[in-house]
Amino acid sequence: MIDARGLKKAFGAVKAVDGVSFVARDGEITGLLGPNGAGKTTTLRMLYTLMEPDAGSVLVDGIDVARDAAAVRRRLGVLPDARGLYKRMTARENIDYFARLQGLDAATSRARADALIEALDMGAIAERRTEGFSQGQRVKTAIARALVHDPGNVILDEPTNGLDVMATRAMRAFMRRLCDEGRCVLFSSHIMQEVGALCDRIVVIAQGRVVADAAPAALLEETGAASLEDAFVAVIGSEEGLAA
Amino acid sequence: MLSALTVFLKEVRENLRDRRTVLNTLLTGPLLAPAIFTLIINAVVARELDKAERPLPVPVIGAAHAPNLVAALRQQGIVVKDAPADPERAVRDMDADLVLRIPADFAASWRKGEPAEVELIYDASQRDAQGSVSRLRSALETYSRRTGALRLLARGLAPTAMQPVVVADRDQSTAQTRSGTLFGMLPYFFILGAFIGGMALAIDTTAGERERQSLEPLLVNPVSRGEILIGKLAATSAFALVSVLLGIVAFSIVGRLLPTEKLGMALEIGPRFAMLTMLAMLPLVFLIATLQTLAAAFAKSFREAQTYLSLLMFVPAVPTMLLSLFPVKTESWMYAIPLMGQQITITRLMRGDVVTFGEIGLCFAATALAALAVYAITAAIYRGERLAIST
Repeated sequence: MIDARGLKKAFGAVKAVDGVSFVARDGEITGLLGPNGAGKTTTLRMLYTLMEPDAGSVLVDGIDVARDAAAVRRRLGVLPDARGLYKRMTARENIDYFARLQGLDAATSRARADALIEALDMGAIAERRTEGFSQGQRVKTAIARALVHDPGNVILDEPTNGLDVMATRAMRAFMRRLCDEGRCVLFSSHIMQEVGALCDRIVVIAQGRVVADAAPAALLEETGAASLEDAFVAVIGSEEGLAA
Repeated sequence: MLSALTVFLKEVRENLRDRRTVLNTLLTGPLLAPAIFTLIINAVVARELDKAERPLPVPVIGAAHAPNLVAALRQQGIVVKDAPADPERAVRDMDADLVLRIPADFAASWRKGEPAEVELIYDASQRDAQGSVSRLRSALETYSRRTGALRLLARGLAPTAMQPVVVADRDQSTAQTRSGTLFGMLPYFFILGAFIGGMALAIDTTAGERERQSLEPLLVNPVSRGEILIGKLAATSAFALVSVLLGIVAFSIVGRLLPTEKLGMALEIGPRFAMLTMLAMLPLVFLIATLQTLAAAFAKSFREAQTYLSLLMFVPAVPTMLLSLFPVKTESWMYAIPLMGQQITITRLMRGDVVTFGEIGLCFAATALAALAVYAITAAIYRGERLAIST
C-alpha cells in the first residue's frame, strides 16, 4: 500500500506539486491521470524516494520514506520515466545487476529472472545485448529488472509510452496480472482509455493538485459526464494537454 | 560494501566490452610516455651527432675579400658555399641557417690595422641554427685571437698581456643531472596516462549513465549513493591504475634501450625506479579518478563531460611547465603538493638522486589526503537530488 499525504515540491518559484494526497491499495490498480506538466512524474519521484518532498510524507506498507528509504525501496518495484539500459550488457545481465543490488543471492536472482523472462515473453532476447533493442523490448527488460526482487508495490511512470498496440495490450495484461497477484499497482498516464480500461481507482492531478479521486464509475456519476474523457475535462477545467 | 563490489564488477565488465575504452587503457595511455620519449631522444641524438662531427656548410658573401680568413675557416671544418642573392631573406625564410658576409673594405681595414668587420647573419629565434652559429663564431674568434697574438709578438709584446684573466670551466653537472632537464617532462606523461586510462569510465559511469537514462533506475535500488560512488570510483581507478602500471613498465623497458649514453646521460631505470614511481603515483591515480568523476558529475551530457575532462588534462602540465621554466632547488614542502610531488619524485628517481622514504611518504600521504578531500566533495554532490534527474 502506498499512502501519499500532503506532498509538496517546488522548483524555484514553480510549484510542481502542491499538496497531493491519495492512497493506492493492495490488489488494486490506481491510475494517476493528468495533463502533461501536471506534476505526475514529480509526485511519483517523491513516492519512490528519488526526491525529498518539501512538505508531506509518504508511507509504503506503513513505512515512512523519510525514516527508512532503503526499506521502502526493497518493497517498491519502479519503472521510472527514465528507463535506460546498459547497452553492452545482455538483457539477463541487466536484470541480474539490479537483483544483486536488491541483495538477492545468485540462485534466487537467477530463478526470479527466469520467471520474469517467461512471464514477459522475452526468452528470445534474454541473452542478447540490449544495444539495438526495440522500444517494447527495452520496456520489458526495464520492467523485469524493476520487479526482480518481487516487490509488493509497483510504480510505473507512463508504462505504455512509445509502445505499439500489441505491446500496449501485453503491458496492460501484465499490469492486471500484477494486481491479481495482490500487489499494489500505481501508474501514471495521460491517456484516458488506458486509465478507464485498467483502473480500479483514478486520481486526477492538475496543476500540482488532486482534483478528483474516485472509481471510474463514480467519477462519471460525480461529474454527470457521458464519457470518462468528458469527466476528465470537467474536473481539470480545460482541455490543455489532453490526449485521447 | 557488497553493493559497492557489485557496482565495481559491473562497471569493469561492461567497460571491458568497449573496444575503444580497452584500447585507450591498455595501449594509448601506457605507450604515451615511452613513445614520445623514444621520438624525442632519437631526434636529439641524431641532431647532436650531426652537429658536432659533420663539416659545417656556410654560405659566404665576398670570400674573395679575405682569402686568409676563408682558408683558416676551411681548416676548422667549415665548407664555404656560394651565398644566396638576398642573405637576410634566406635566413628569415629558413633557407639558410646562417650567412657570413665579408664586406669589400675588409682588406683595407685589415691592412691599416683597424678592426675589420665581418657580418654574421642569423635568426636567434631559430633554435636549430644556434649550434651552427656558435661553431662559426668560435672559428672566427679563434682566427681573430691568433692573428692578434701574432701582431703583438711582431711589436715585441707578450700575447698574454691581452689576457689578464683566464676562465677555466669546472662543470659540476653529472651525466644524470644533465638528463634531468630533458626528462623533466616524463612524469607529466605518466600522469597523462592516468588521465587517459580513467577518462572513459569517469564519463561513462556518471554523465554517460545519466544521458542513457539509467541513473534514475539505478538509484531506486536499496543501495546508498555512497556505495554506488565507491564502486564507480574503484572501477575508474582500476582502469587508470592499469594504464599507469603498464606505462611505467613499458618505459622501464624502453628507457634502457634508448641511446642516452650518446648524449653523455645516464638514467637509473630499473625495478627500484618502477616500484617507487608506482608508489608515488598510486594516490595520484585515485585523486585523478575522483576529480574526473567530480567534473563529469557536473556535466549534463557525455559531450559536456568530455569537454570538462579534456580541460582538466591541462592541469598537470602546470607544475611541469613551472619547474622547467623556473628551475628551483627542491625543498621538502614541494613533496606535499600533489602533482608537483610526483613530478619531483619521479624526476629525481630517474636521475639517480636520493629520494628518502620520508619524502616519498610525504608525497603519498599528502596526495592521498587531497584525494580524500575531493572524494568528500564528490560524495556530497552525489547525495544531491539534482544528480539523479535525467531531464
